[in-house]
Amino acid sequence: MTFSPRWLGLVLPLANVAIALAAAGLLVLAIGENPVEAMGIAFRGALGSGNGIGYTLHYATSFVFTGLAVAVAFHAGHFNIGGEGQALMGGLGAALVALALPDLPWPILLPLAILGAALGGAAWAAVPGWLQAYRGSHIVITTIMFNFIAGALLVYLLAGPLRMAGSMALETAAFAPAARLPSLADLAARFGVDLPRTPLNLSFAMALVACLAVWVLIWRTRLGYAIRTVGANAEAAAYAGISPARVTVIALALSGALAGLMATNEILGVQGRLINEFAAGAGFVGIAVALMGRGHPAGILAAALLFGVLAQGGAELSFEKPAITRDMIVVIQGLVILFSGALEGMVRHGGLVLAQRLGRKAVPA
Amino acid sequence: MSGWLALLAALDSAVRLATPLIFACLAGLWSERAGIVDIGLEGKMLAAAFAAAAIVAIVPNPWLGLLAGIGASMAFALVHGFATITWNGNQIVSGMALNFLAAGLTAVLGNAWFGQGGRTPQLAGAARFGEVTLPLAEAAEAVPFAGGFYAEVISGHSLLVYSAFLLVPLTAFLMFRTRWGLRLRASGENPAAVETAGLSVARLRYSAVLVAGILCGFGGAYLSIAQSAGFVPDMTAGKGYIALAALVFAKWRPWPALGACLLFGFLDAMALRLQGASLPGIGAIPVQAIQALPYILTVILLAGFIGRAVPPKASGTPYVKDRS
Amino acid sequence: MRGIDKRFGAAAANRAVDFTVARGSIHGLVGENGAGKSTLMSILYGFHAADSGTIAVNGRDAVIGSPADAIRLGIGMVHQHFMLVEAFTVVENVMLGMATGFLTAKAERGVRARLAELAEAYGLAIDPDARIADLSVGELQRVEIVKALVKGAEILILDEPTAVLTPQEADRLFVLLRRLAGEGRSIILVTHKLKEIMAVTDHVSVMRRGEMVATLATGATSPRELAELMVGRSVLLDPDRNARPPGATVLTVEGLSLVDARGHLRLDDASFEVRAGEIVGVAGVSGNGQSELLDILAGLRQPTGGRILLDGVPIRPGDDPVALRERGLRHVPEDRLRRGLVAAFDAADSAVLGCTPEPAFGPGPFLDRAAEIADCEARMASFDIRPRAPTLGTALFSGGNQQKLVLAREMERAPRLLLVGQPTRGVDVGAIAFIHARLVALRDAGAAVLLVSSELDEILALSDRILVMCGGRIVGERRAGETDETELGLMMAGLHGRAA
Repeated sequence: MTFSPRWLGLVLPLANVAIALAAAGLLVLAIGENPVEAMGIAFRGALGSGNGIGYTLHYATSFVFTGLAVAVAFHAGHFNIGGEGQALMGGLGAALVALALPDLPWPILLPLAILGAALGGAAWAAVPGWLQAYRGSHIVITTIMFNFIAGALLVYLLAGPLRMAGSMALETAAFAPAARLPSLADLAARFGVDLPRTPLNLSFAMALVACLAVWVLIWRTRLGYAIRTVGANAEAAAYAGISPARVTVIALALSGALAGLMATNEILGVQGRLINEFAAGAGFVGIAVALMGRGHPAGILAAALLFGVLAQGGAELSFEKPAITRDMIVVIQGLVILFSGALEGMVRHGGLVLAQRLGRKAVPA
Repeated sequence: MSGWLALLAALDSAVRLATPLIFACLAGLWSERAGIVDIGLEGKMLAAAFAAAAIVAIVPNPWLGLLAGIGASMAFALVHGFATITWNGNQIVSGMALNFLAAGLTAVLGNAWFGQGGRTPQLAGAARFGEVTLPLAEAAEAVPFAGGFYAEVISGHSLLVYSAFLLVPLTAFLMFRTRWGLRLRASGENPAAVETAGLSVARLRYSAVLVAGILCGFGGAYLSIAQSAGFVPDMTAGKGYIALAALVFAKWRPWPALGACLLFGFLDAMALRLQGASLPGIGAIPVQAIQALPYILTVILLAGFIGRAVPPKASGTPYVKDRS
Repeated sequence: MRGIDKRFGAAAANRAVDFTVARGSIHGLVGENGAGKSTLMSILYGFHAADSGTIAVNGRDAVIGSPADAIRLGIGMVHQHFMLVEAFTVVENVMLGMATGFLTAKAERGVRARLAELAEAYGLAIDPDARIADLSVGELQRVEIVKALVKGAEILILDEPTAVLTPQEADRLFVLLRRLAGEGRSIILVTHKLKEIMAVTDHVSVMRRGEMVATLATGATSPRELAELMVGRSVLLDPDRNARPPGATVLTVEGLSLVDARGHLRLDDASFEVRAGEIVGVAGVSGNGQSELLDILAGLRQPTGGRILLDGVPIRPGDDPVALRERGLRHVPEDRLRRGLVAAFDAADSAVLGCTPEPAFGPGPFLDRAAEIADCEARMASFDIRPRAPTLGTALFSGGNQQKLVLAREMERAPRLLLVGQPTRGVDVGAIAFIHARLVALRDAGAAVLLVSSELDEILALSDRILVMCGGRIVGERRAGETDETELGLMMAGLHGRAA
């Protein structure tokens, strides 16, 4: 039994990020660039201008949704690697609604399209959830498989049945304006505030609400209690009259719905049409975000913002320093998952040893 | 006869496409039989593919490239072992991390070193593993069916293809006929029994993880310096995951693994050929359906609708000594 | 073994323990659960390293850093939970860990020959090609013993070997142990069953709370003395007999049967009833159907036959624990950390396990955290649970306090029927008295109580009526005060017929 001081919960994620960034710095050094300068460019690019901040928050929005998705499944004791595929199916759900009912007024169409996104993702996650709960199929493998199946299905639909007439690109026709989420710049303009044009849109506010909702769900509802019990001790759940199988399916559906809502940001907020591969890895970033945020919505919000900074800053950086491509973010993502996930035990151990040494020094015997 | 020739060509292509799957699938088999789930096959192969092509781009010797690929892949395997065996980290998380690290590192380093958007320079013929024409292949071509099969499908592949096929019996032998294999399988089933028998579970699992590293090294090197003439970012394109699917499909056994990889390789070959073609009675089969077939089949198998795929009992769980 | 110390975190599992075993003898090691027997043996077998102390084998100092060292020194161990690979055959399991050559084929021939020899010499016949998953518990134990003997064990440790055996199998085991000892091997028998100690050992050592309190010649001691040494107090509890006659029938069980997935009959035509205001104790050796009985009554498993009535109303197959709780059925499970609590939760969350549907804990879908904490504080006050910290992690409480938390949760909801499994397992002496008093008070308040315990003392001290189970059957029923430990022991062993 290790007694971890309370502050470790806060310090550890920061330590993990510091280690990951330091390792990435070494890589920058290795390819002959100055890591301090690179970091400066990235942070200025992400946070130094209204424009940069808009992009940063836009990226963070997607990561909040996918991070929450991974976290909800985590609380039920399951590892949902299928965020990417669920996001794609969320996009499909939103697009089907938007394309099928173009004549509805926006107060009806927009909520329906958002619901379509949530349902699309939920359905795509509920199947692996059901297979795990009732057929014992390992959810990690099935969600990986479902990512590929979703990718193939989307390509098929965009190349065939859903393709806009006359277009060669893998995309649908544009949605009716009533199905689009307004950008924050447009909203601000109504109130006479002038914001720079960025992809940042109303789904950012939805992401914040989702953080709050997930917190309430997990820690302040009976369903959340059931989810946590199943995740921590399935036998105790059965004893309490909570069906682990049922809760698994519900938790996975909720997880998938959150991943599906990521599509509101990209599809309803920015593209206004369904395009191929729009999730662009955000489903996987969610794993890093959830691990770094330790499954808590506040931590996930912070981690998503960090990854938003990395995504936007990385893009700026690759303009100024072509040697440092945007793939650097993927490296950092891998490092964060490694240190805050797989090597968490080592970092925690290091932190405790360090804390003991410092404690001894501070209080001389 | 032209149908026969087309089939031979498809089979030939299936063998080529199955080869990296066989390497990766056997790698997964070694690791998971010993109790360490490895979803980092993709990343290890990618790292190996890059290392092999990068070295060969500098020193045009495929053997050096192969060594470099194996080295890179083993380094990744060691990290996986360190996280999951030494620190009891989550095996899935560690595998994911390595996949991202490999995808990012190869692209960043490739771009920094070669400045071609992450690609390595096109490799000349001598720098690659060439195709080996087996004895009597040309003469055999005259023999109907069997001869053509020998000349087209069996002959004319690189050494790495043949080694992949040889690794199947070798794996089966080591795994089921040797003391090491017995102990490895035991640590994947009941590590506590291994420890009480006076053996080190950690050492056994490290050995298995390193073998997986070597095999992924072969698989990656095959991709970049045998099948293709250089490295392209993300050139594994999900092959590591298909190999994982094949492993499930084969129920963690070597010979069925070969069968599953050949089947998935054949499906891949057909997907390329059936682009836009339509089958009598069925109509046009979407290419995507064939591409997704390995994944769909695996899900159906996992769901227990056709047979049952049960992984080694202790795979996925870190071995932590009991307190009492 | 001299001066062995071992700590796990803050808890001392072994304190300055000395332990000596003579060659060619059977040496019993007894103590309550958690007394430190298993820790001491796992140090001897190299599974854990002692913090301090020395070990000598055959008079020579030995360093045992791993099971491999132990095996080399001729120490073999049969664990309570068998260390066998289920997917392997008997031969493969025996071969595992043997210093054979690179290939298994040659070693396999050797092992087969040895198996045949052992089968001949000791009557340890096992099919070498049988899969472990297909063997019975008794056969599994034989495989474990054979494993140790094939490796040349001169010192054989058996940890609770009879916990899962039928009396006949146990007798056969003891005959075997006698022979092995007669050939010069040393046998260490770890158990908490005094009858076995008296029957088969030459010497006996008693452990209590991590310390070795006595080592005696078996012939010079009595079960009573050993029991007192084990618990450190007089075991003669004053049974607070129920003066009043019991009330209406609360639980009726008729012909209850359970056939498990492997086709074994685990519960065989069990019928009995429990009335309001009485405690009915279920005595039996672990694994004779008591756990299955509790699970079925609690709605956690479906019986394959028979029926159950609660207050005269049948329990339907679809009734889950929630529905049963609403009918006043409460359950203290046998293993608190496996089922009764969630170690990863704080105390407040654990204190409402199974109770969240109650309206007091929030409206609609919401769970009222403040109400949860208030509830936990009330439980902690009335059952004297320390520390009084509802937000402290469940795992950080001592075993006794964890158990009290479960008992408080289940007992303070005015149950009609309370199912209690092993209420004082791994609980310190002070808490035992407290828990016993509360159970008696609950009965006096008119609840029906069904008590399952592997501690015969506990059954005798608390029960108004006692049911004895053996091989899944209820083999007898006695009124408290009209029976004793000896008679119950014989019935538990299946030796006393089905006398009513």
